[in-house]
Order: sequence, then structure tokens, then C-alpha cells
Amino acid sequence: MSLTPKFLTLTAMSGGAGAGPRGPYMSFITDRNTNLLIRGGLLFSVGVFLALVLNLLQVQRNVTLFPPDVISSIFSSAWWVPPCCGTASAVIGLLYPCIDSRVGEPHRFKREWSSVMRCVAVFVGINHASAKVDFANNVQLSLTLAALSIGLWWTFDRSRRGFALGVAIALLATLTTQLLVYNEFFQYTSPDFLYIRSWLPCIFFAGVITMGNIGRQLALVRGGSEHLLMRSE
Amino acid sequence: RPVLSNGRELTTPTKMTLREQLRAKISAAFYHHGLLCASYPVPIILFTSASILTCCYPLLKLPLPGTGPVEFTTGVRDYSVPSHEPHGDQGERPDWYRGPPVAYIQQVLVKAAVSPWDSSLVPVDVFRSPLGQVFRLLEEIRNHVYSDSSGVRSLESLCLQVTDLFPGLRRMQTVLPEHGCLLVSPGNYWQNQRELFDSDPDLFKTIQKHEPKGLHTSATLRDLLFGVPGKYSGVSHYNKKRVVTYTITVVLLSYDARFLNSLRARLKQLHPSANCSLREDHMVHVHFKEEIGIAELIPLVTTYIILFAYIYFSTRKIDMVRSKWGLALAAVVTVLSSLLMSVGLCTLFGLTPTLNGGEIFPYLVVVIGLENVLVLTKSVVSTPVDLEVKLRIAQGLSNESWSIMKNMATELCIILIGYFTLVPAIQEFCLFAVVGLVSDFFLQMFFFTTVLSIDIRRMELADLNRRLPAEASLPQPKPVPLRTREAPPPPRPSPHTITLQTPAFRNLRLPKRLRVVYFLARTRLAQRIIMAGTVIWIGILVYTDPAGIRAYLAAQVSEQSPLGDPGVSGLSPHLAVAPVFAAGDPTSALNIHPAPDPTPVPENQSQGHHSSGRALPLPPLSHSVPQITWGAEDEEGWRRLSFRHWPSLFSYYNITLAKRYISILPVIPVSVHLSPQEAIETRHPHDTRHRPPLIPKVSADLQTDLTLYKVAALGLAAGVLLVLLLFCLYRVLCPRNYGQNGAAHGRRRRGDLPCDDYGYSPPVSEISPLLLRGHSMDIECLASDGMLLASCCLAGQIRVWDAQTGDCLTVIPKQWLSSSSGCWEQREGLDGLSREPEGLGFESRDPSIGGENLSEEDYFPLRRRASPSRLALFTDQPDLTPLIDTNFTSQPPSHLSTPPKEGFDYGSLVERAYTEHEPPSPSSYPCASSASSSPSSAAQPQRRLSVGDGGGASSQERGSGSGSQAAADWESSVWAMELRGNLIAAGRSSGKLELWDAVEGSLRCRNEDGVSGITALAFLNNRIVAARLNGSLDFFTVEINKPLALLQYRGAPGQGSMPPSPCYTSEDVISCQLTRSVQCAHQKPITVLRAAAGRVVTGSQDHTVRVYRLEDSCCLFTLQGHSGGITAIYIDQTMVLASGGQDGAICLWDVLTGSRVSHVYGHRGDVTSLVCTTSCVISSGLDDLICIWDRSTGIKLYSIQQDMGCGASLGVISESLLVTGGQGCVSFWDLNFGDLLQTVYLGQSSDSQVVRQLLVLDNAAIVCDFGSELSLVYVPSVLEKLD
Repeated sequence: MSLTPKFLTLTAMSGGAGAGPRGPYMSFITDRNTNLLIRGGLLFSVGVFLALVLNLLQVQRNVTLFPPDVISSIFSSAWWVPPCCGTASAVIGLLYPCIDSRVGEPHRFKREWSSVMRCVAVFVGINHASAKVDFANNVQLSLTLAALSIGLWWTFDRSRRGFALGVAIALLATLTTQLLVYNEFFQYTSPDFLYIRSWLPCIFFAGVITMGNIGRQLALVRGGSEHLLMRSE
Repeated sequence: RPVLSNGRELTTPTKMTLREQLRAKISAAFYHHGLLCASYPVPIILFTSASILTCCYPLLKLPLPGTGPVEFTTGVRDYSVPSHEPHGDQGERPDWYRGPPVAYIQQVLVKAAVSPWDSSLVPVDVFRSPLGQVFRLLEEIRNHVYSDSSGVRSLESLCLQVTDLFPGLRRMQTVLPEHGCLLVSPGNYWQNQRELFDSDPDLFKTIQKHEPKGLHTSATLRDLLFGVPGKYSGVSHYNKKRVVTYTITVVLLSYDARFLNSLRARLKQLHPSANCSLREDHMVHVHFKEEIGIAELIPLVTTYIILFAYIYFSTRKIDMVRSKWGLALAAVVTVLSSLLMSVGLCTLFGLTPTLNGGEIFPYLVVVIGLENVLVLTKSVVSTPVDLEVKLRIAQGLSNESWSIMKNMATELCIILIGYFTLVPAIQEFCLFAVVGLVSDFFLQMFFFTTVLSIDIRRMELADLNRRLPAEASLPQPKPVPLRTREAPPPPRPSPHTITLQTPAFRNLRLPKRLRVVYFLARTRLAQRIIMAGTVIWIGILVYTDPAGIRAYLAAQVSEQSPLGDPGVSGLSPHLAVAPVFAAGDPTSALNIHPAPDPTPVPENQSQGHHSSGRALPLPPLSHSVPQITWGAEDEEGWRRLSFRHWPSLFSYYNITLAKRYISILPVIPVSVHLSPQEAIETRHPHDTRHRPPLIPKVSADLQTDLTLYKVAALGLAAGVLLVLLLFCLYRVLCPRNYGQNGAAHGRRRRGDLPCDDYGYSPPVSEISPLLLRGHSMDIECLASDGMLLASCCLAGQIRVWDAQTGDCLTVIPKQWLSSSSGCWEQREGLDGLSREPEGLGFESRDPSIGGENLSEEDYFPLRRRASPSRLALFTDQPDLTPLIDTNFTSQPPSHLSTPPKEGFDYGSLVERAYTEHEPPSPSSYPCASSASSSPSSAAQPQRRLSVGDGGGASSQERGSGSGSQAAADWESSVWAMELRGNLIAAGRSSGKLELWDAVEGSLRCRNEDGVSGITALAFLNNRIVAARLNGSLDFFTVEINKPLALLQYRGAPGQGSMPPSPCYTSEDVISCQLTRSVQCAHQKPITVLRAAAGRVVTGSQDHTVRVYRLEDSCCLFTLQGHSGGITAIYIDQTMVLASGGQDGAICLWDVLTGSRVSHVYGHRGDVTSLVCTTSCVISSGLDDLICIWDRSTGIKLYSIQQDMGCGASLGVISESLLVTGGQGCVSFWDLNFGDLLQTVYLGQSSDSQVVRQLLVLDNAAIVCDFGSELSLVYVPSVLEKLD
């Protein structure tokens, strides 16, 4: 008689594998709450960091020469601004993947870390340009920044809901800022009121897109690729 | 026109649109280009390097970007304030030399000494009385008035009037002048009041008081006031030379040559410097560039960090090449040199860069990007391995040509739009970016492609070397039975074994240890990148020099060679636009020629000199005069100061020097000689009491040295801290455990719940798997149609289970070979059945059966049905249970045809028990099984009906009819099995095709037309397709001679896409006829066979996939594109066809046209299984990796590492739910995000068995094999998703 199993290799492999004890499934962080917390924390710190750095850029525009104790002037503006930015970025970064999963179609366009880094770099670049480049007038500044922000969205997001959310949050944030200014909770460093107003919504929009991008990528990380890394020996 | 890629020949030639024509042309051009590059790598690389160098040549003319000040020297005599408008003779003047300077600096350099030195003097005397001279000099300077015909001028009218100190500098208030002239001298320490100076008990302490405690590498207050570096001032207790040097710095707003000359003459007259030959005919204009402070550095550093992260994440994706590092380097070189080329070209055509290069550089890199390079690599790597390197490169290039061109056009468009913003800075940026993009494209095409071809060639050579030993040992068959796949194939394949060829990629499968090493290597890669980033960052820090380290070093250097290099005297001074701290200082070389005093002493020099009445005692020219020497280094003593000296002085008054310039006038040398008596007179009473303190080792030398060490140590510490910080950040972001924890997990105690590194266990599911036991050996085949489940083990036993409840319905035993076990199975089945009526529902009986195991099965409440656990113990022993089992009292009479309620029919069983030598009929107890099937089964009424009117006669007849043939059946093993309706089609290794009744367990039909073993079966509607080992393909038709009216269909729930399977009742006579046999369907054994949507797709060892039409068995397409045997095929109702081969490639095909849609390389080793959903393709390979690909783009979304040996087990439950088998468990994944949703453990000893096969049933249940057991897992949460 000939008992020949069809795919010997498979049985052979199972025999080999059965001999040695192997690690079981190691699930990384499946607990949604813990994961949410970690992601939120990361996004928060990124937001605070970016807020500090970009604030510094804006301060540079108005101060030609820094006083020797410039580091303290980073924090010279209201102390609650960086935490606010951090919280907002955490919320946005969590909101984007959440909406994605609610809608049911995950965001697939350029889902790579390199693309995210590119996005962040372009965002910082937009800030840099708005801080360093001298524009002829405010309309030009506004138009340029708007074109750059929409270019950012088109290059890295291209999802309609991302655009909608970005516009909504940008408008909301601008409105909030204006209210704060009117109620004198907060003052612009520069008296050039128009300059700030033309500058703000575009930067907010670009920031929302960027944070959403980071948040989506973070949401992806804990699932697929990290499992690969975690569980391979 | 070249054949572009493998799959394209089959494309039906339609009328091409313009776009397609363009596309074809582009890809043809790229193809040729790729061929060219791969054929002549060395000349092309040489050519590229030459062109890079040529384009970068203009860069040599550019001044190095930096923040160091630049100077320009003019003569004093014909000096006039430069106008704002550029002059004609622009060539000599730097472009910043326009308009008046911020200020003119007039320094009065005082050298004072007590001479002759007396032994009665204490060390404090060295500087007390010389410093005291400053007040007299100050008075002299302040009160100097020059009057001529145009009016009276005093210092007050000329000097720079300062108003207020910078608000943040309150501590300087007492020292720096707050109002009036900016006149700085050491006297400021005592508010320019002699009384305060005289009453100061410890001068040194006063001076030191204002020194910053921490690091002071840039201009300190002491430097500012003394005007010479602290080291040279001589104010210390250990001054060997006993000469004190300091300056009085006068900052003038406007330049008045006559006033200054009179002042100079007056001071010279008062304090003549005997041997002083300082040149006085040149003034130096120093232009300061924009400052980069720490604050400005922070955003810059941020952008660079982002840039490095981007480069890291991009180059990490380079895979499956010989040297990742080499290619990553080539990619970075491509981008960088394209940037350099762009700057070079722009300079060549007359555009001078005005932007700060360091600032825009990261953005340029990001805009240009590394994407194309990666796409190219991926495309080339995923071409078939067996092609020639040239062709691979060419194909890879042409595959991606369209997208590359499209991307390039898009980016150019975007940048052009940016050009029309009409903002000069943005325009310049865009110009650079456009030129950079074009040159980047050029470099990609020539440089990178060539490097890639070299790399690929090297990889193939290495592969060849590695493969050779394996092939050398080919003649000796390896005795390892478990590794048959690796054993060399015999020349003619025997009919019973499928011998697969050694695939090329088989050798690439690395041992585990090596893989761990690779992982570690990859860790170090990340660390290295961080380290390199840090080093570069520190380099930038040093280069831009915010802390003045470079100045310090330059000062050190210039101290060692104070005269500079006299050899470079050829340089003319007016050409000297050189960095201040250049080693070969052109102006210092000029002092070789002794300059005559160019300024004639004016006649009215001492007019209005109020304080002339006080006689200044001219010091006697004693023999100790040579103590005070004037050298060339004194001529421009300010050079030895930090280059931030003047900016910081001005910044205290909120005046910036950035992008402006100051003019430094020639110094006025003043020598003061004091007699010892004077020194003693000016002593403070404390000075003598206070003997020279030995404790404060504050020698200036030592101090600066210490400063250097402090800088170095702190820099080092900061670097280490930064690296640590980045490393921590990296670990937080990518918490890999590179295999260190694997061993610990392997040795966890049994019964423990598995948990991850964080002590967190996945939620224990309430999904409890149902174990189906009964097979004695490992399960070979699994088949299901949703309602029933058939399994076949290695022993050849086929069992049919109810897919809903998990009951064993039928056992089709293998009698003669292992009669004991076969009989045992029957007995056991009876045992289960006989117990069946005791309980009313299955669920109610669960605890009673599982109770015996409950204590040890706290976590896994396994429900075991009809299967006592003692099964495995007795398989080898002679078993007498059949005799015991023929317990007639408990059974109804065998030939009783009337009882429809019970429906038990054990007639054949009884018969067999008595006549054991006869071949037994497998149709043992059909009615029992129908009774035991779940009441909800739709099949039950008709089965009962059939039993009812069919009677025993027909079954008897069938039993005897088939019984005669059955003896030969058991010789061979079942290789393929399919289940449709209640018919099981089993293909055997002997080439026989059998049709069994799944419910009754009777052999309905058999076909012995073929001799070659059946390797794969497809059962669709009433057709059976069998693929054989010899490569032939047989089409059978199942015919039922029964009126169609009686043919009933079972409606399969949730199976809308599948045609309902007919149910064959037991009275039908089923015949299976060979309708067509395609003899040479394939050259080599057929390994896979799939049928759907009226198509039959076969994959074979001969690297081809063939598509047949089911109706007429006509071969539609032969799909070529794999470079290895086909191992996996997927086709579904929507005509999606995917195939995977031994080369690790996955191809997607268009079934309608036969063209290849996409082609990716995903696995090292065979692709073992393939599933498609509407949006993605899921593949698994021998490398135990499950990859999820985007179906439309072919981009790998993510991958999941499987446990060893369970790579093939995967299934898709719904559009977004993936299930994979693992080590004793099955896991559910969210397909969209790759989340692990849940892990279901199949048994307690979870590390003993591996799930190798996994079948998803239509009712969202999963069947997986678990060694010799089957496991049925329900996914209740999915049920609502399906609806």
C-alpha cells in the first residue's frame, strides 16, 4: 500500500514545528483604551512641540535680534497656548482614523511613514515661508498660503472628508482665536491685525491635515506592521 | 516594437487612444533606456559623475555660506562715507559697502606698566595703578575739543548717543553707560569715578563679579570693557610681564578726520610710545551677516530632524536587494547631487542664490523626494528573477515609466504654479526646485538605474553561489522523510508522489538564528542613522558657531603664529574681502613695510584744552622701558576678540549689526610708565594685608583652558544626552523586541494564558471552539458546502460532520487496512448515537459530558460531542469492539423498513458483523445519521422521506454492487476531496475518482479511467474536474437518472453567489462519466485547480496557469508570467483571478482578456495561499508571512507574521474580517486596519499543534484542523455583519 499524503511538505512542516515550543500569539496592544491613550499622548507631544517651534518662527519675524534670554521668550506668550495646540492635535489625530473607520473605508492614499514625514516637513515649510518670506500685501500672503495648504491636502490626503474636516476645524479655530482676541484673553504679538488674520486659517487647515495624517498612520501602526515586528523572532 | 512585459502579449489589440500611444511610447523608451543602462554600467556612471562635477563647478566661485563677518579695508586718508547708490567701480567694493556704517569704532590701546619693578611691590600693584590711569585718559578724551573755522567739535557731538539699555539687562546697568556717549573702558567697573576705584579694596573681585558664572565663550563683559581678550589684559596676580593692556573704546556716529587726528596727536603727545610703529592708514569695515542664534536654530534643527526621519523611513522600504545600504546611499547621493547640480546650474546662468541655503535645503530635498527611486527599485525587484539582468532592469523601468512621468509632470506643474505667486523668495525656491527636479530625473535615469543594475547583478551572482552547493548534492537523495520538497526529484515522477522542483527561492529562506541577526543589524541601522544625524547636527552647530567656539579656536591658532603668514604679502589690501579669522590675514602682512606717519599734527592741537594746567608727569625713560612692546598684533587687537564682540556690545543697546557694517579706525597707542612710588601711593590698605592669594587659581590662561574643556565636556554630554533621548524616542515609537522575548514566551508554563511583553493578555473569548474528534491521524483534506463538512485524514478515513452542530454524521472507513480502527470508529459513532436520545437538546447535555474535564478546562469550556477522549489510545490494538457493538437488543431489526420515526437501519452493519471476511458495505447506518443531524437542517425531511420510500432493497443492491469494487479502493490515499450537496467526490492517488454519499456513507459511483493520481478536484454544479499528476485534466459529468421534478435543491443560506447544489437522494442512480480528457493540459503535475464562474483554472509545476471553460472544456488562455511552479490560485464569481507561485510572486490576471493586471513579489519562498476581497489581496507564503496588498495598485499595505508552519491557513469571513491560524489558536483581524481583534485558543495545550488548514464556512463558522482533530469555531459577531 502506499499512503502518500498529497502535500508532504505541509505535514512535514507541521511535524517540525510541533516539536519545538513556539511563542503564542503575542498581541501587542489590543486594548483599545490603552492604545488610544498612547496615541493621544504621542499626538499631544507632537502638537506641543510643533506649537513651540512654530511659535518661535513667528516670534522671529517680529524680532530682528533676539535678546540673550530668548529661550524664556519662547514661553513668553500665554502658557496655555502649547497645551491647547497639543490637545487640539490629539483630538484631531484621533478623530481622523475614527471617522475613517466609521465611514468604513480606511484611508489608503500614501499610507507610509515617509509620506507622513514629508507632510510634516511641508507643513513646517509653509510656516517657515509665512514667517520668513516678505510678501507684498496680505492678499498675496493669503492666496499663497491657501494654495500651499490645498496643495498639501492634495498631495498627502486627497480624501473629501479630510478636506471637509480640515476646513471645519480651521474655521472653528479661527473663530475661537478671534473671540479670544476680542475678549482680550490673548493678544497678537504683532499689531498687524490683518496679517494675522490672513495667516491663521490656512495654517490651521494645514495643521489639521498634518495631524490627521499622523493620527491615521499611528492608528495603522499598532495593527499591522507592528504585529509583524512584534511577533517575529 | 518590443514585448513589454510577459502578460501583455495576450492583450487584445484595440484601437489605442492618444494617451495609450503616449504611454506605449514612453514605456518603450524607458525599456530601451533600461537596456542601455544595464549594458554599459561603468561608462554611464563615469559620464554621470563627470556631469555632476561639471555642474557643480560653478559652486566653487560662491563664497561659503556662513555667519562669520566679512571685512573690507580702505585707506584712512581719502575716506569718505560710501554713498547708498552703487558706484561705477563696483568691482572692488563688496556690495554691502554702501551707506554710512552703524558706527565708527575708535580704540585707544593703553599699555601701562610700573617700571622699574621693585621687589617691595605686591602683585596687586601690577594693575592697580595702571588701571587707575584710565580715569585720567578718559577725562582727557571726553574733554578734548577741536575747533577750527567750521566750529567747535567735541566728543559729545560726534559720538554715538545711546539712550537706554536693553530692558532685559538690568544687571548691566551699573557697568555699561546708560546715557550719553557710548564710551567703554575698564573704568566702567567703577562708574568712571576715581574715588570708587581708590576705595575699592579688591579690584580683581570687582572685575570678576560681573563675569557670568557658567559658560562664556562669546563676548563677556570683561572683554567688552577691556577691549582685549581677558588673557592679554594682564590683570591678574600672576602677570609675569607686568604690563597691563586695555582699551578705551569710543563709538562714534560720524566721522570727523580732523577731530580724530587732533585727539590722536594729543594722546600721543601725552603718552608717547617710543618704539611704536603701528600703521595708522587703514580702516577696516566689518560686515556682519545675519545671526543665527539658538532660537533660530531650533526650527532649523527641527526641519533637519524631520528630513532625516523622512530619509530613514524612505530608505527603509528598499527591500530584496543585495545591499540595502548601498542603494540607500545611492538614493541619497542622487538627491543631494541633484540639488548641488541645480544650484550650480543656476549660478552658471547668472542667478545668485540669496536664500539661506541651510534653511531651504531640507525643503528642497522633501519636495524632490526619494519616491521615484524607491518605486524604481521596487519595480525592478519585482520583475521575474529568471530573466536576464538587462531585461529585468528594462522591464522594471518600463513598468513604472508612466507613473514616473506622470508624477514628474504633476510636480513640475505644482512648482510652476508656485512660480507665479510672484513672491521673489518663493520664485527662487521654485526655480531651484525645478532645476533640481530635472537634474534629479536625469540622475535617477542614469546614475541610480545603473547602480541598481549592478546591485541586481551582484545579488544574482550571490544567489548562484549559494545555490550551487545545493545542486551539487543533487544525486544523493536525502533520507529526511519530512523534507520531501527539498529532496531531489527522480527523473520520472512516480505516480504516487508529487515531487516538486527545488525552487530558487527555497534557498533564500534563512535559518531563524540568521534572521535574528538580521533584525539586530536592522536595529543598528536605525541607531546609526540617529548617530549620523547627531553628528551632522553637531557639525552644523560648530559650523554656524553660535557659541563662538570657532573664534576661540582661531584665537588659539593666531596666538601661536601671531604674525600670521608673511608669505602672502602679494595680496593687495583693497581686494581683501576675507573672513576675519582667516589664517592668512592679508592686512597683517602689510606691516612689513614701515608706514610713515600719514597724519600731520595739526597746529591747533591743544586749543581749548582745559586740563592742561595739570602737569602730567612724563615718566622717565628708564631702562625698563622695553617692557612695553608694540607688535603687529596690537595693530588690530580687536581681531583677537570674539567676532560677536561688537554685535553683543551693540545688542545691549538694541542695535543690531545683522546685515550691516561698522568701521574700525586705527588704534591710538598709548604707553604709560609709572614709577613704583606712584604705585605705592595708589595702594589700597587692603592690598598689602591681602597677600597674593594662592587659592584662586584664576590665572587667565587656566581659565580659558578650563572654558574649553567645559565646552568640550558639555558638548559631549549634550551629544550623548541627545542620542539617548532620540534612542528612547525611537524605542517608544517603534517598540520592537528583536527576538529577545521569544525564548521566554516559548517556555511559559502550560495553562498560563499567553500574554505579551506588557503583561497584557488578549481578551479571553467567549467564543468557544467545538472540537470534532474522531480521526486517528492528521487531517489531509477538508471540504465543505456550508451544511456538511467532510474531512479526510492521512489514514484515508473520511468523516462527514454537521457543520452546524459538529456532530459526526458518517464515517467512511477504510476497512481492510486498519480494520480495528475502522471498526472502532463505527462503534464510536454508534456509541454516540445510542446516547443521543437520552438528552433532548445538545446544549443541555454539555455540562454532563464536559464535566469530567471541567476541572482542568476552566478557560476553555470545550464542548465535545460524540467523541470520548480515549480514542487515540486504542488505535493500534486489536479491537474487539465490533463484536461487542453488535448489540441487537438496542437496535431495531435491520430489515425493518417501516419505522419512519426512528429510521435506524443497521442492516448492513449486522451483516458485516457476521460475515467479516466479506467486503463490507460502507452504507452502514444512514438513517441514524439523519436522525442525529440537527433538526433545523433543511435536508432532514427529504432524507427521511427517501429512507421511507426507498426501502432497504435498493441500498442492499447498491451495497453489494459497490462492495465488490471496494476492495481496491483502500490501497491508495485520498489526495483531493470535494463536497457538493450530499455527494463527496474523492480523488485518490491511484487515479480513481469516487463519489460517496455524504449522509449514508455509501459509495455511489466510481470512475477508474485515469491511472495517474488525482491531485486536485473541482466540483461545480454537476461537473467534476479532476487534475492529475501527469498533467492531464479530466472533465466528468455527474448524471442522475431521475426525473428533474424530483430533483430538489437545497437552499444554502447566505450563498447568493453560488449556484445551489443539487441534493441527490439515495435512490438516484448516479453515474459519473468522463466527458472530456485534456491529455496534455500541462507539462508537469497540476498542483492547483480552482473553478468558479464557469471557468476552471489550473496551475502547474510548469510555471503556467491555464483557464478553461467549464461547459466545453475549452482552453481559453495560457497565462505565463511566473518563474516558478504555481502553488496557489484564487478565482471567484467576479472573475478575479490571482495566482501565486514558487517564486514568491503573485500575479493578478484579467480573466476576460488573459492579461496580467499586476505582478508583485511578496514572499521568500512559495506562495501557499491566496484570497482576494474586493479591495485587497491576501497572500501567505512559506515564509509564514501574510501579506495584504492593495488590489488596484499592488502596494503592500501591511503584513502579519504567522507562527511557523501555519502560513497557509487563512480565510476571509467578510469583507473586513480575516482569520488566520496559529499555534493552537485562530486569530481574527480587521482587514482594513490590520488590528488583531480576537484570538481564540483551540485547546489548552496551545503550543502543541499548529493550525495548517482553515476553511471558512458560509454560516460564518470556521473549520480548522488541529492535528488529528477538527475545530469548529463560530463567529457570532460576524453574523450580523454578513446580513
